[in-house]
Amino acid sequence: MSILVLAEHDNASIKGATLNTVAAAKAIGGDIAVLVAGEGCGAAAEAAAKIDGVSKVLVADNAAYGHQLAENVSLLIAEVGKDYGHILAPATTTGKNTLPRVAALLDVAQISEITSVESADTFQRPIYAGNVIATVQSSDAIKVITVRTTAFDAVAAEGGSAAVEAVGAAHDAGTSSWVGEELAKSDRPELTAADIVISGGRGMQNGDNFSMLYALADKLGAAVGASRAAVDAGFVPNDMQVGQTGKIVAPNLYVAVGISGAIQHLAGMKDSKVIVAINKDEDAPIFQVADYGLVADLFEAVPELDKAL
Amino acid sequence: MKVLVAVKRVVDYNVKVRPKSDGTDVDLNNVKMAINPFCEIAVEEAVRLKEKGVATEVIAVSIGPKVAQEQIRTALALGADRGILVESDAEIQPLAAAKLLKAIVDKEQPQLVILGKQAIDGDNNQTGQMLAALAGLPQGTFASEVGVEGEQVSVTREIDGGLQTVKLNLPAVVTTDLRLNEPRYASLPNIMKAKKKPLDTLTPDELGVDVAPRLKTLKVEPPAERQAGIKVADVAELVAKLKNEAKVI
Repeated sequence: MSILVLAEHDNASIKGATLNTVAAAKAIGGDIAVLVAGEGCGAAAEAAAKIDGVSKVLVADNAAYGHQLAENVSLLIAEVGKDYGHILAPATTTGKNTLPRVAALLDVAQISEITSVESADTFQRPIYAGNVIATVQSSDAIKVITVRTTAFDAVAAEGGSAAVEAVGAAHDAGTSSWVGEELAKSDRPELTAADIVISGGRGMQNGDNFSMLYALADKLGAAVGASRAAVDAGFVPNDMQVGQTGKIVAPNLYVAVGISGAIQHLAGMKDSKVIVAINKDEDAPIFQVADYGLVADLFEAVPELDKAL
Repeated sequence: MKVLVAVKRVVDYNVKVRPKSDGTDVDLNNVKMAINPFCEIAVEEAVRLKEKGVATEVIAVSIGPKVAQEQIRTALALGADRGILVESDAEIQPLAAAKLLKAIVDKEQPQLVILGKQAIDGDNNQTGQMLAALAGLPQGTFASEVGVEGEQVSVTREIDGGLQTVKLNLPAVVTTDLRLNEPRYASLPNIMKAKKKPLDTLTPDELGVDVAPRLKTLKVEPPAERQAGIKVADVAELVAKLKNEAKVI
C-alpha cells in the first residue's frame, strides 16, 4: 500500500517536520507520495520532490488552500487520500488541526502523535502526559496518523527526484476565513528545530527575568522555552511552552533553569541528547533526568554561565 | 444563542498514572477523578459568553459512566444551565465521541460548541475537529481568544511560532488552549444550586451511534527511564563538562 504524507510548508519552502514524517512513512514501508496543498506553492513542491525516499509529489495549488484552512484542506486530503493505506502528517499545530477532520470524513480513527512504528498497523504513542506508552493496533482500512517529529530522525532533504503532478479539485467549504497572523519575530532559531534550547520555569519569578535566558541563548544560538508553570504564571506566551500540552523538543542540549521537572514538562524534552538542570532545590525531579545537575541559585548561576561562555 | 460545552471525566492532573503490572491497561483503582482541565476552560468561556449576554443557554454534555454526572454537576456549579449525560461503560474513542456529540448537536442546534483541545488521559486532540467535520462546521482550534460578532465568531489560535486569527461562520466549533481564560472556583451556594439543575441521560443506542472501538490497545508500559547523570559543583565545572565531555557547546 502507498503512503500519503501531508507536507508542512509555507508555500516557498518545506519545513523540517516534513522530513521526520517521511522518515516515519519509510518505517511503515511502501511508496511515499507527498501532498503540498497551498497557494503559489510551486517552490515548496519542487523542494518536496528532492526529499530522499519520496516517489511522487502531488500539488494542489489553489486560493482555497492559501492559508491551509482545515475546513478546505481536509476535504482535499479526504478525496486524494482515499486510495492510500496510510495518511501521515507531522503533529504540528497545522497537522493536529487538519488531520482529525480527514479521519472523520473517511470514517476512520486517527492515531495521534506516534513515537514508533511496530508494523504497518501497530504503533506506539505516549498517553497520560507521557507517563505511559501505549501500543495500539488499527483495524481501519486507512490509517490516519500524526507523527511526533522528535521521535523520528529526519530523512535527507536532497537526493530524491520525484515526479510532480497537480491533483484535486478546489474545495472551498466557504465557512471560514483567515484574518491574520502574529508570528513571534525572533532571530533565534525555532524551538522545535533548535540545536540548543534554554527553558525557564516558575523559579524565574517573572517575565523580565527571562532576559537573562535570552542573552544566554543569543550567545549559544539557542531557542528559549518555558515550563507550563511559567506560562500559567503569565511570565511568557504559550508558544514557548515545552511539554505534553505544548511543544515537544529534542535538541542536542537542553538547559532547564528553575524548572522543577513536572512529568508534563519531562514529556516534552526528555528525548534531548544532553540535559542540564539548574535548580536550587536539590530534590527537584528534574535532576533525575539531567546529565549534569547544578544545585544553585539561578540568579547567580545564569549570569556566571553567561560570563563563562 | 445556545452554547454546548463538552466535559470529560479524567484522572486528576496531579495524579501520576502507572500501567498495571500485567501491561493490559493503566491502573485507575482508587484514583482521584476530575473534569479535564481544558474542558473546564471551555465551560468558563461559555459561562462568560452568557454573562456578557451573548449566550442565552449553556448546556454541558459528558460521555461516560454514570459517575460522570459528577463532572456535569461541576460544570453546572460553574454556571452551565443544564446537563446531558450520554451514559456508556464502554471505551469511547474520539471518533465515537464525535459521533455522539454530532447527534446531540443535531438535537439541540447550538450556535457554538466549545470543547477542550485535548483530554489529559488519551492526549488525542481529535474530538473537536472530528465533530466539526462530521457536522460540516468550521473550527477554531487551540483558541486563546474568542469573540462572537453577529453571525460570525473570531477565534485567535495558538499556532507554532505565534498566533493566527480566523473568522468562522456560526454555528462553529471551538477548542480551548491554556491561555483562553482562568476558570473560576465554584462557590458553595452555586454547588448547592447545581444539584437542582436538570440533567438528562441518553444512551449511544438512543442516539443511534455505533461506539465500537477502532483501535485496540495491545499493551501499555512505562516510558524508557532516563538515567540520572552527575551533579556538578559549580558553573566552571558545568562549562568544562559541556565542552570537553558532552561536546555540545
